[in-house]
Amino acid sequence: MRLSPVVAERMTVAFMWIMAAVTIGVLLFIIAFILVHGLPHLTWDFLTQSPESMGRRGGIFPMIVGTLIVAGLAVLIAAPIGVATAIYLTEYTREGRLTAVIRFGADCLAGIPSIIFGLFGFVFFAITLKLGLSVISGALTLALMVLPTIIRTSEEAIRAVPYAYREVSYGLGSTRWQMVWHVVLQSALPGIGTGIVLSLGRSISETAAVMLTAGSALGLPHSLFDSSRTLALHFYILSREGISMSNAYATASVLVISILVINLCAYWLMQRFAAKGGRNG
Amino acid sequence: MTKTQRAILVLGTAVLCWQLCSGCRRDDGRTLNVVGSTSIQPFAELLGQAYGKKHPDHMVDVQGGGSTAGVQAVANGLAHIGMCSRSLKDEERDQFTPIIVARDGLAIIVNPSNPVSGLSREQLRDLFSGSIKNWKEVGGRDGPVRPITREEGSGTRESFVSLVMGKTRISRAALTQESNGAVKELVRGDPAAIGYMSLGLVGGEIKALLVDGEKPDAANVLTGGYKLVRPFLFVTKGAPTPEARQFITYVLSAEGQKALESEGLIRAQ
Amino acid sequence: MKQDRVISAILTLIAFSAIFGLVVITFFIFREGLPILLRIGGREFFLSSDWEPKEEHFGVFSMIVGSLIVTFGAMVVGVVFSVGLAIMLTQFSPPRLTAVLKPVIELLAGIPSVVYGFVGVVTLVPLIRDYLGGPGLSVLAASIVLGIMVLPTVTSISIDALRAVPRPYYEGSIALGATRWQTTHMVTLKAARSGIVAAIILGMGRAVGETMAVIMIAGNALEIPHSILDPVRTLTSNIALEMGYASGHHRQALFATGVTLFVIIMILNTIALAVSRRRVGGRNSK
Repeated sequence: MRLSPVVAERMTVAFMWIMAAVTIGVLLFIIAFILVHGLPHLTWDFLTQSPESMGRRGGIFPMIVGTLIVAGLAVLIAAPIGVATAIYLTEYTREGRLTAVIRFGADCLAGIPSIIFGLFGFVFFAITLKLGLSVISGALTLALMVLPTIIRTSEEAIRAVPYAYREVSYGLGSTRWQMVWHVVLQSALPGIGTGIVLSLGRSISETAAVMLTAGSALGLPHSLFDSSRTLALHFYILSREGISMSNAYATASVLVISILVINLCAYWLMQRFAAKGGRNG
Repeated sequence: MTKTQRAILVLGTAVLCWQLCSGCRRDDGRTLNVVGSTSIQPFAELLGQAYGKKHPDHMVDVQGGGSTAGVQAVANGLAHIGMCSRSLKDEERDQFTPIIVARDGLAIIVNPSNPVSGLSREQLRDLFSGSIKNWKEVGGRDGPVRPITREEGSGTRESFVSLVMGKTRISRAALTQESNGAVKELVRGDPAAIGYMSLGLVGGEIKALLVDGEKPDAANVLTGGYKLVRPFLFVTKGAPTPEARQFITYVLSAEGQKALESEGLIRAQ
Repeated sequence: MKQDRVISAILTLIAFSAIFGLVVITFFIFREGLPILLRIGGREFFLSSDWEPKEEHFGVFSMIVGSLIVTFGAMVVGVVFSVGLAIMLTQFSPPRLTAVLKPVIELLAGIPSVVYGFVGVVTLVPLIRDYLGGPGLSVLAASIVLGIMVLPTVTSISIDALRAVPRPYYEGSIALGATRWQTTHMVTLKAARSGIVAAIILGMGRAVGETMAVIMIAGNALEIPHSILDPVRTLTSNIALEMGYASGHHRQALFATGVTLFVIIMILNTIALAVSRRRVGGRNSK
């Protein structure tokens, strides 16, 4: 039975709408499931107190601090290095085999499973460098994980800056660095910022790699060499051990809300990027 | 760069320097790293907090990872004390000093809806090895048996293997979970499941089986009736450091042992 | 200018350190993993299903199969949706729906894998166990969850591929009287085919690498699954389960597993790159 093109078209459009609805539905379900179970337990006390009795009671303050330090430090380390590398690759070298190889390498490393970074971090940072199960081990491992992504997104953002900008800058007599700093980076900043913000989101969500580098201690980290539990790991442990489902949901709610906020920032940045005519300029 | 940006940069750098410097006072011996068995972890955390309240400048950091991970951590220098929920192996005994801090029963658990209430050790072995594939062979309902086991490095698994399985291998079709809680959750939801876990953590939502006719509770373990018992060990490399010794002494004290007993463990004796 | 040269030197140093750092990781993993491969031989490691670390048996075959089955399942679940969404967003979708769908897809990408695993265990697993049989922790559960997790990746790369099709193709087809759907499946899809294939392959790479969600939802049994309702263990789960306590040969075997994953993903990335190159170099007549 051959369908007339018009009927086939209508069916396809209907099918597409169903798929869109299902996709949106799945996301809403996941978020709603977590928030509905978790928000009732999300009190100010929960956010500011320390856990007691393995997390059955009390709050998640040390985990929030731990997550901020580990993820924040990771991005703080990786961002300058990544952006500098991207600048080097685009502005200071000629396009050729070397850059193609480096780009391929960065792409591959961006795809390496986080568990392998965890394995590396455990053996190299925690044991060989004697940093132990600590915030700094976790941050260094995560920094390595997000570095390829930052290099790639920064590179794309820098490349999207129209060549005319560079020509004008040179025409006015600037040096290469002046051009890069005052012209190219300013234009590419939203795009670079998006990549960094998304990397922050990835660091916060990461569990496998921090499990064996930052450890899972419940206390507030007093120094970079203390172990600390991140929110994602805390959620994992709470839910797996069945210690307290209500606290698990509440922890997950904090995670989900943070991701929403981070994505919002990234989205806003992307809008500014597009508005500056970056992508297609 | 505007004034605000510069101010933030300076402030941020200052904070970072402060953090790094405070971090440089690394191993001042004040923070005790205790790593290992997920079975012992909750109890160690409990005692660690109580200990921290008595000695405010001594922090006890407890982490999981599994019994063998704990021993490894002590060997690698990552931890001062390793938690081990099984006896040390011969090759480990040379390097490490074990100290019994409590004893724990090993419970065999099934779903509450399972009509079976007790089994012999041989039956347990056959169920977990896959020789017995249907519950009706041991008096249950007609249906497949689903054994659940722990990961390789788990002390709970080691103890189970040495107490029940002997030389027989656990079935390759057994589901593997990484914690007592995960095993418990699984058994709670699956009528056909059978697993093992720490007796002290069983709680009310699942059923613990009688083994060889003996009731699985702490009192019965103390009298020696219930035979599936394993030691909870604190393991150190050679002699414990002074801080470690202080914590261990607290755990072995009357107060510490009483706290453990109230949680369902058996005292070290 | 002197300042420029100094900055140039600093940038060069940083860039090479970064690249060096990333190379070191690769080198380290291979260095830790290769010795055991050479010791017990590739055949024993890759083709034997006997994973018994205590007896020094390190055969990962059942886990390779596990990873492949779960990845394949994820693609079965996810590809239709991902490519369908991509087609929809580029060809059919009204702008307002696009404005909603794109952030939704990005959010799906941001949700932590432990949350996916947890929701899957709490909602999907009991459903499978009660209505379809088996323990619930199964290939099916893992495939569904992974399919959702790789959806953002495959969708966004497919969108790029579809957008790259030159506009005249679309306009020419419409001018000839074709409907949008006819244009899509007879012209645009064919033109974007290699890009979409690349997207799918990269999605596979992501699925192969997923760890936390899979540990929670796949059951981790050592046996090769006989049906989609059977539990399964993947390469990544194996590493995560045993990483903390492995030492000596066992740890080397885990690194060797890491090498295996590394190589699989490199192969997938290379194929994806090769496949997507073909479209850039002009049309192949069909």
